[in-house]
Amino acid sequence: MSDVLERRDAAPLDDGHLKVVGTRPVRPDGADKVTGKAMYGADLAMPGMVVGKILRSPHAHARIVSIDTRKARALPGVKAIVTAADFPDLASEEFEAGESAGNLRDLSQNVMARHVVLYDGHAVAAVAATSSSIADEALALIVVDYEVLPHVTEVEAAMSPDAPVLHAHMFTQGLAVTPDKPSNIAKRNELTRGDLAAAFAEADVTVEGRYTTAAVHQGYIEPHACVASYAADGQCQVWSSSQGQFMIRTYCAKVLNLESSNIRVTPAEIGGGFGGKTTVYLEPVALALSRQCGHPVKMVMTRDEVFRASGPTSAGVMTVKLGAKADGTITAADVVLKFQAGAFEGSPVGAGSMTALACYDIPNFSIVGYDVVTNTPKVAAYRAPGAPISAFAVETAMDELAAKLGMDPLALREKNAVRDGMKASYGPVFKNIGYVETLEAIRSHPHYTAPLGPNQGRGLAVGFWFNIGGESTAAVNINEDGTAVVISGNPDIGGSRASMAMMAAEVLGLPVEKVRPIVADTASIGFSMLTGGSRTTFATGMAVTQASQKIVEDLKRRAAMLMDVSVDQVDWVDGVAVCRDASKGKADLSLAHIAEKSGQTGGPIGAQVSLNAQGAGPGFGVHLCDVEVDPETGHVTVLRYTAAQDVGKAIHPAYVEGQIQGGVAQGVGWALNEEYIFDRTGHMENAGFLDYRVPVASDLPMIDSILVEVANPRHPFGAKGVGEVPIVPPLAAVGNAVSAAIGKRLTDLPMAPPKIRAAIDAG
Amino acid sequence: MSNVEFIAPTSPEQAAKALLAGGPGARPLGGGTDLLVQLRSGRLPAGLIVDLKRIPEAIGIRQDGGAFVIGASTPGITLSEHKALGLAWPGVVEATNLIGSTQVQGRASMAGNLCNASPAADSVPALVAARATCLIVGPDGRRTATVESIAVAPGKTSLAPGEFVLEIRLPARPGRSGDAYLRSIPRTEMDIAVVGAGVNLTLDAAGVITEAHVALGAVGPTVILATAAAAALVGTKADEAALANLDAAARAACNPISDKRGTAEFRTKIAGVLARRAATIAYGRAEKR
Repeated sequence: MSDVLERRDAAPLDDGHLKVVGTRPVRPDGADKVTGKAMYGADLAMPGMVVGKILRSPHAHARIVSIDTRKARALPGVKAIVTAADFPDLASEEFEAGESAGNLRDLSQNVMARHVVLYDGHAVAAVAATSSSIADEALALIVVDYEVLPHVTEVEAAMSPDAPVLHAHMFTQGLAVTPDKPSNIAKRNELTRGDLAAAFAEADVTVEGRYTTAAVHQGYIEPHACVASYAADGQCQVWSSSQGQFMIRTYCAKVLNLESSNIRVTPAEIGGGFGGKTTVYLEPVALALSRQCGHPVKMVMTRDEVFRASGPTSAGVMTVKLGAKADGTITAADVVLKFQAGAFEGSPVGAGSMTALACYDIPNFSIVGYDVVTNTPKVAAYRAPGAPISAFAVETAMDELAAKLGMDPLALREKNAVRDGMKASYGPVFKNIGYVETLEAIRSHPHYTAPLGPNQGRGLAVGFWFNIGGESTAAVNINEDGTAVVISGNPDIGGSRASMAMMAAEVLGLPVEKVRPIVADTASIGFSMLTGGSRTTFATGMAVTQASQKIVEDLKRRAAMLMDVSVDQVDWVDGVAVCRDASKGKADLSLAHIAEKSGQTGGPIGAQVSLNAQGAGPGFGVHLCDVEVDPETGHVTVLRYTAAQDVGKAIHPAYVEGQIQGGVAQGVGWALNEEYIFDRTGHMENAGFLDYRVPVASDLPMIDSILVEVANPRHPFGAKGVGEVPIVPPLAAVGNAVSAAIGKRLTDLPMAPPKIRAAIDAG
Repeated sequence: MSNVEFIAPTSPEQAAKALLAGGPGARPLGGGTDLLVQLRSGRLPAGLIVDLKRIPEAIGIRQDGGAFVIGASTPGITLSEHKALGLAWPGVVEATNLIGSTQVQGRASMAGNLCNASPAADSVPALVAARATCLIVGPDGRRTATVESIAVAPGKTSLAPGEFVLEIRLPARPGRSGDAYLRSIPRTEMDIAVVGAGVNLTLDAAGVITEAHVALGAVGPTVILATAAAAALVGTKADEAALANLDAAARAACNPISDKRGTAEFRTKIAGVLARRAATIAYGRAEKR
């Protein structure tokens, strides 16, 4: 369903008569994927290839006293063994990479532990051998002498002054006075506006609560996998599944101290990432092993390794206090966010803070965030990093406020909604946002007034994500038969091949089937930031569009030569060059014709555009969820789910709907059953899809997505990022529905049956 | 799982001999849906796999008077396709069909589910409530045992070295009998029972329960045959008072642990709920036969 509710500033190329953009063609990568021909990270095999495997720490926190690899090296079939000693000992250096920022020393020490292991599953050594079973045997022969240290896995326990300290060099940043003792609090951040104390004093109604979420994994189906080959002359090749081949190149270069020109990274097809494949785990290790033995090395994580050593996102402990006037005007908000970063600093608490109140126009607020290290896997980006966690707290508090005011939850959101021209809680002034239209889309949907049965409840929640632009390169080449190839540097994780081809086809005036989109390796296309931040359709799409426009200009010039008229006499109409002056009697020239004659007009036809896309439009989602709770067993059935989102312009509406449905599915899992469970020794107890419970198909109703299109005029077709917003509201939408169904407020995720039954029994 | 040996004998006696000779690392393979996972994960040491699927008696469902004899390697999908079995023992069939996915059902067997000795095995409470028995083959010949005597602790069975279950026998039963199995999982499928309850009832012409059996899964180290819970139903028409007594007696029979799948308190409460609900379904089925 696509509802165009309002058109404010139009997008430059959207004249209301688009022929390709906005349609639903079959995806160009679809046939290979459904027939099993697509090459994923684990599918490549090379002559002489050996198998790499990683030895992982069984302890949550320990000092590495010694590592003895002699017996493993002596095992026939073992080709290489590496430990931290085989990697440069990098100094602390901050880097920026798309949505995530980090520290090179931490990145390196997460790839391979140096002196100390910081979580169960931390890599301590790796072997390469001629077979998988020999590699397993070799791992068992490596003797690591550990001195086990006290550990801490819970975020608030880690903040306690007597908690075991993970990093002796960590002194909390962001305080007025830098402390003289190290702690597990890496950073404190703060956003404030107005006079909070005065505002609370004048509020007619206040609500206050404490909310918690568990650490959850991105849950991509494809485990991390790569093949790496280090040649005798120092040239390296890497084939891997990731969200950015250039990111892999950069990180491998940094971690191994290599030159980028000597590393060529070819992106494999990617079986899900959701942010979790925006960093490296295996690639530098595979290169180090290959350097030692001269063979190509293949590494594929097991599911157990994926859970214990990659991902997840933060567990969070939040408090929210809201103050409002009796008419529902929110005057004050006090938000404290404590996010678990895992073994190294860098939780998404900054983004969680910036998004926490982004849907609301509140004159007085304070948002304080803490980034806290724990003896758990280092968190990785997960779809709108941080936003779902803080939104769970704020949107649950909003539900409580609506109840206390006796106000409709949607009316409370409408009353306090941000609009164009307002200054966002995180700084900039909103332009061309479609939030109010999105709220209206839910209000006018039949779901909103549908009756509920016994033990059923309805929950509403809203969510925000920035979306980003950034650096992208795209090339468009016209083939001699008049078809086209679109080359970009962004792995296709959400249907971006289709949207790239569609935008190029629209500009060139070709049917989309005549445009072949390709994701190229790092040596075959210019730099592009990774696929993340909901940036690809916006930023890389902008590069594709501009390259296509350059080609159209070139085609007009060439047509003018062939027609022997001046270029200003030529129009480009639906893929055909037309002479404006009909009296000249010039025949129209098709793209195929011009392509065929390209040798006479200057040679091959192609254009490349590299840009740093600015003006990405933020996105808003409004979700409505109905559940039924079995009061005896505590089981939750999600009965109905409707998600409305401002998407700017849906280039391929089916894939936008797919993004919304996928985000909701992940959010429902986060709300109801997903969680990292650690035993008393800090060992993860549920490192597999049996006991780490993502929703199965029968757990979900059909998710109804409503596309609200308020154009972003900074994109040629009006697109806004769409992939991340839909995971922001579901945690609270589901939670608020469950609370409504049982008539009791639940504040802790996941809302698994034992927790719900216990809450019901507590009376 | 390096150096695993695999044999597929065609007679029960050959299989027993091979299992005995193979020592502690030797394992019979029914469908393999537990065994292969355990070998791959390293939870079981690599050794000898004795595939039972080539033994004629180990495959298929045979009717013997009113009884059903089910070969040890018969996959769940075969049970679901057997009309007479489904009419007589709908609870046993639905319990077995809950194991894993459609793909897993193509291999997973009831005997394998039983001999894996998990307290959460879905088919076992239904089999225990059905008063099913096993035909065991071993180096010393054949013997019969009750289903509830097989598992003695999580992952441990009473089977002697070289012994394996060749057949499971569901007894003949009178008319006006019905059974049912329910489990609690956080999701809707593809999961392991947090609690399971099987109930098997026989009614007289007036609808009074003359015989009842209740078995509970995942609330103790082995599946529990809850005799007091069953007694709460006998002589009643599964009315509200009887169901409340059943609920209380089922809870009293529980001895669960708290773990990642659920708290002891939750498991105990749910055992009562599921026993009650399964009894209601079984009663409805019995009335119709």
